[in-house]
Amino acid sequence: MARIGVFVCHCGLNIAGVVDVKKVAEELIKEKDVVYATTYTYMCSDPGQNLIREKIKEHRLDGVVIAACSPSMHEETFRNATRDLINPYRVEIANIREQDSWVHEGKDATEKAIKITKSLVEKVRGNYELEPIKIDVEKRALVIGGGIAGIQASLDIADAGYEVILVEKEPSIGGRMAQLSETFPTLDCSQCILTPKMVLAARHPNIKLLTYSEVTGVDGYVGNFKVRIKKKPRYIDVDKCTACGDCEDACIVVVPNEFDFGRKPRKAIYIPFPQAVPAAYVIDEQSCLGIAPLRCGECASVCEANAIDYDMQPEYIEEKVGAIVVATGYDLYDKNKLVEYGYGEDADIITSLEFERMLSASGPTQGKVIKPSNGKEAKKIVFVQCAGSRDKQHKPYCSSICCMYTAKHALLFKHHVKDGEAYVFYIDIRATGKNYEEFIARVMEEERINYIRGKPAKIYRQGDKIVVEGVDTLLGKSVKIEADLVVLAMAIVPKKDVKEIAKLLKVATDEHGFFKEAHPKLRPVEAVTRGIFFAGCGQAPKDIPASVAQASAAASKVIAMFSHDKLEKEPIVARFGDACTGCRTCFYICPFNAIQLDSNGKAYNIPALCEGCGVCVAACPVGNIKLPNYDDEQIKKMVEVVLE
Amino acid sequence: MSFEPKIVAFLCNWCAYAGADLAGVSRLKYPANIIPIRVLCSGRIDPEFILHAFRNGADGVFIGGCHPGDCHYIKGNYHARRRILLTKKLLKEMGINEKRLRLEWVSATEGRKFANVVSQFVEEIRQLGPLEAKK
Ligand SMILES: Cc1cc2nc3c(=O)[nH]c(=O)nc-3n(C[C@H](O)[C@H](O)[C@H](O)COP(=O)(O)OP(=O)(O)OC[C@H]3O[C@@H](n4cnc5c(N)ncnc54)[C@H](O)[C@@H]3O)c2cc1C
Ligand code: SF4
Ligand code: SF4
Ligand code: FES
Repeated sequence: MARIGVFVCHCGLNIAGVVDVKKVAEELIKEKDVVYATTYTYMCSDPGQNLIREKIKEHRLDGVVIAACSPSMHEETFRNATRDLINPYRVEIANIREQDSWVHEGKDATEKAIKITKSLVEKVRGNYELEPIKIDVEKRALVIGGGIAGIQASLDIADAGYEVILVEKEPSIGGRMAQLSETFPTLDCSQCILTPKMVLAARHPNIKLLTYSEVTGVDGYVGNFKVRIKKKPRYIDVDKCTACGDCEDACIVVVPNEFDFGRKPRKAIYIPFPQAVPAAYVIDEQSCLGIAPLRCGECASVCEANAIDYDMQPEYIEEKVGAIVVATGYDLYDKNKLVEYGYGEDADIITSLEFERMLSASGPTQGKVIKPSNGKEAKKIVFVQCAGSRDKQHKPYCSSICCMYTAKHALLFKHHVKDGEAYVFYIDIRATGKNYEEFIARVMEEERINYIRGKPAKIYRQGDKIVVEGVDTLLGKSVKIEADLVVLAMAIVPKKDVKEIAKLLKVATDEHGFFKEAHPKLRPVEAVTRGIFFAGCGQAPKDIPASVAQASAAASKVIAMFSHDKLEKEPIVARFGDACTGCRTCFYICPFNAIQLDSNGKAYNIPALCEGCGVCVAACPVGNIKLPNYDDEQIKKMVEVVLE
Repeated sequence: MSFEPKIVAFLCNWCAYAGADLAGVSRLKYPANIIPIRVLCSGRIDPEFILHAFRNGADGVFIGGCHPGDCHYIKGNYHARRRILLTKKLLKEMGINEKRLRLEWVSATEGRKFANVVSQFVEEIRQLGPLEAKK
């Protein structure tokens, strides 16, 4: 027999002005198991809370229903106020304000209040006393992706004293930022601010750096992930390699360098860029003649450090981690898809990242702005913003950084080519960051860049020139520019393999393939799957400051998690009985992959992963799954009393 | 006296229940015939609950969940949608007008929508008359 107390709040006149609260209490005391019922002006006030406490003691209550405002307002208040006297899960709120006194009138409202309160008495009667679930935490983190976001997250977590495994699939960390020339709005040299961070990450005693590696499997759950990582053979012993470059000189195979988008050659044995971390060579097994069967061997014969090993095999590593930060970054949309402009591969139409390389002192042209088709200095450039962005036929979203970097491009171009002419086609200018508007204004005014509001209608080659035609929608005039070079501010898109990563991690992506956060406003760095966090452009296009901020936010979430020896979690989770027939219905529908099958094919769930949605409970054909405090019997009883 | 239908509303905690709260905060009046039962997700709703409600004298059953794509538990509402469709078929076979069961997506910001659809639903059930009489 339960001993339940009912406390009806007047909420001043908010409830009592409409609902006959006394009548509610009088009716409720007649209910089975209700041993006490009263009303009070403001239950949530100190005296109100004390009243509840006193009555719990006095009547030895083991269940409490507070008929008041919405549970979203004060469920926690009341549960906390009585936690030392009664299990919080035996305290429930009957919402007779938002869903009754504020929307109804007169007798109806009182009757409805009685029904609602009765239904919560039924609920409390069936509620279990529950304790938070405790989960062990492996205090090590995995960071996937070594761009600026991944580096920042790794450094923050490592600085807090926890071990980090940083996995980067390319031979060097650095990501896109390593390819940039100077960065808006302050125009610091990208490499100069990035390299120290790369080195810090590599040298940090708490960071285990695995480059040229990929995550191939993830099992387990928050606090207890098991991760499999494949280390691709680099054919170079990173510890022995001194990056002297003798091997490179000896190598006879020349191929285009990815880092410079093929605008510079490299050898089959190469270092992706001079500041690469680790500062070690790598052999590209596709183009090398020496791997298997061994036909060449030139490089090994000149390597004094003896760092080259053609027999290197992929290595598989398994690591246990408690949390995962995903920072896989972005690619640019394929420019060949912009067919409506009427061009395909034209050497003088390049992407924004190619232009970054062109502007870079270490790039293929040593910072000279040229017309790739003939190598001559480009005097007239057309920049096209929103190339593929904000366009329903391509990517409907705003890539968020192109306005800014295009302004930067135009400005740097004018610095490189003093008598150059720059035109920018734009839809509108979005410069919302700190000092961004000022930067744009400076570019527009001081550098005399011609901003043309509108999208180009046509881009085509005419002899030596690329002609861009469009309409200046501000002036209502058509424009035709014969340019030496066209730079497309291509849309930012997620990495090609994002779907595979998402599948491995069991996290969701949005309709464009960016990782989907648990809540767009309140949980912007968390995945729905607990223990997984997002940082950088893999979640949405953003600039460096935002990537770094998000990385630090994700790191702080990880650190907060690691600051406990055990994680606590809401204990309302599905409970599996032993009547399972092995039909697997629940196994397939659980949105959180919380259900597993034992060796006999019978289903069970991992409480740490279960969010208590109850989808499986309603689906199990044999009723083998129960959801405590939202159980079938409870809900049916509630239905009965509200229909009395 | 005009017929006052009895209606049970199963509302998911994260959207529909919050939408109903907002209707309250905005003081949007609607008929008191509908009594809410809060569940965590519309995907928790077993067709058996709906049948149970009809067996126990409900003239209508309302189910409120998050909009597609917005479910707090990712896809509970898709399961709900499928189950409600099946339940409607079942009701038809049992000779109960399927209009007596209604599923609506109500977000936490749609207080007005909640008040509107609930008012409409009550009116519709009022037109249909008591369930008992049809049996
Ligand atoms: C043309 C251009 C100019 C720009 N100029 C500026 C500027 O001036 N100022 C500014 O603030 N921002 C600028 N940006 C934006 C800036 O590049 C990004 O904000 C920043 O690089 C995002 O960093 P990230 O770490 O999220 O992604 P990335 O730099 O893309 O890094 C992601 C890393 O993850 C690795 N990775 C991917 N998938 C995997 C996997 N499956 N496993 C392991 N590793 C993986 C990648 O190899 C890469 O190293 C510019 C962008 C462009 C396109
Ligand atoms: S739905 Fe029920 S019977 Fe089927 S596998 Fe799950 S627990 Fe077992
Ligand atoms: S209650 Fe929801 S999260 Fe938990 S096991 Fe069932 S379907 Fe999965
Ligand atoms: S939480 Fe609202 S429908 Fe699932």
